[in-house]
Amino acid sequence: MIRTGRKARVSRLAVPLVLVPALALLAAGCGSDDDTATAAPSASATASAEPHKITVLAAASLTETFTTLGKQFEAAHPGTTVTFSFAASSALAQQINSGAPADVFASASAKNMTEVVDAGNATGPTTFATNSLEIAVPADNPAKIDEIGDLDEAGVKVALCEAQVPCGVAATTVLDKAGEKVTPVTYGADVKAVLTSVSLGEVDAGLVYRTDVASADPKKVIGVEIPADVNAKTSYPIVALKESKDAETAKAFVDYVLSADGTKVLTEAGFGPAK
Amino acid sequence: MTRARREARVRAPWPLAVPAALATVFLLFPLLALIIRAPWESLPDLLTDPSTRHALWLSVRTATIATAICMVFGVPLAWALSRASFPGRDLIHALVTIPLVLPPVVGGVSLLLVLGRRGIVGRHLDNWFGLTIPFTTDAVILAQIFVAMPFLVLSVEGALSAADQRFEEAAATLGASRVTTFRRVTLPMILPAIGAGAVLCWARALGEFGATITFAGNFPKTTQTMPLAVYLAMEVDPEKAIALSLVLLSVSIVVLVALRGRWWNSRQAQGIV
Repeated sequence: MIRTGRKARVSRLAVPLVLVPALALLAAGCGSDDDTATAAPSASATASAEPHKITVLAAASLTETFTTLGKQFEAAHPGTTVTFSFAASSALAQQINSGAPADVFASASAKNMTEVVDAGNATGPTTFATNSLEIAVPADNPAKIDEIGDLDEAGVKVALCEAQVPCGVAATTVLDKAGEKVTPVTYGADVKAVLTSVSLGEVDAGLVYRTDVASADPKKVIGVEIPADVNAKTSYPIVALKESKDAETAKAFVDYVLSADGTKVLTEAGFGPAK
Repeated sequence: MTRARREARVRAPWPLAVPAALATVFLLFPLLALIIRAPWESLPDLLTDPSTRHALWLSVRTATIATAICMVFGVPLAWALSRASFPGRDLIHALVTIPLVLPPVVGGVSLLLVLGRRGIVGRHLDNWFGLTIPFTTDAVILAQIFVAMPFLVLSVEGALSAADQRFEEAAATLGASRVTTFRRVTLPMILPAIGAGAVLCWARALGEFGATITFAGNFPKTTQTMPLAVYLAMEVDPEKAIALSLVLLSVSIVVLVALRGRWWNSRQAQGIV
């Protein structure tokens, strides 16, 4: 009696146990099918091109521009695949120094780049862009933020980046210069986390890069300028990593970011020149 | 209830012994590594750091409150699922266990859609009462309740289903009301299961990360719980992340010891879950 009861229960469980992963695999498979379909013709067009794969670790604020640059780079170098991992530069620097396999590192701060260089994982980074901060507010601006001085008013919910993340360091500089004592309600793990809190309307304002405001949906997020005299300028260095298994492609990608084509994409997104 | 029957122990044949041994190594080695690589010299400093104390205290406090709330609402739910008859019982039974298999970060997104400042319910809370939930300690507790409640419900419901209903029937024939029967007969019978479920629920709440960082945000003292502190410390100071992880590992071991009667003895374990 008990035996049969148990058995029935097992087989009932077995169906979803097999089905669920199978469906997940199917869904994942459908996604990658598209990729191969688009990649295949370009690969066959230049039969000589060997498949190259590089992984680029880039600051969260570079999400949109580097995704575009990656596609352009892939188009210019048939058979090459560029995979990105976007996160806080501080987190990426830590990952690289812990041995994460990667080919290129693009940081939103010289400090995190120096950490990677000092650990012996790269040499000779090049600055390719600069950026500055802006106040991002939800499109309906519920707290009526018109200037940086409004951020410390009572009841204004502000999101900032974690203090160790480049945008958090910049935010501290800006608030110090402006003489504002702001207690945020949350610290985002990277700049995009702050931007999301703003675009969802969960906070009244967030300090992000001006390029993040530019990349956001204007129906959801609008920017409030921070005057140049209190703003903080950050520079973005890029480098090919020593542990790269495809140093040639890694260097080619770095060169592409530094090229006129690369600069054009960055400038259009609102990044400043590297000086 | 023939628990006394003991199975015969045999020597494991190699096709079973080898994978079993590998599985054991795989499960235990990472925990061992945590102990091997722990920064023992700087450990006292790292653990007495005010930020660690705040995170630990916040975690313990929120997990305890969340567990208490889970018991107040979860035990009646388990009773209803096991004893009451109402339409769609099987469906509800399946649905309440969703958070058990749902990635917690999805739970966080869902909570934000309901209780966020622009959420379906949260919008009105904000307009009518000026009440905003995200980025508060309340949000941490709500996220923990969401992910941990099914652990309690399943434990208690399992015990209710396994319990001998004749005692309840006897109480009813003697004139006890349903509430009295529950309070005087059912509850004492399932008390051990409630305890075990509460411990599981508490441990799950303590470890909650995904729903918390999405729904409650991350701010020291109000929403930065231990798992968040571990994650963020890993980005700047891996030694601190290891130290914090050790604290959570110790808590897990304590939980295991607390449940030893139920889990170390596999025969009895069938009583729960």
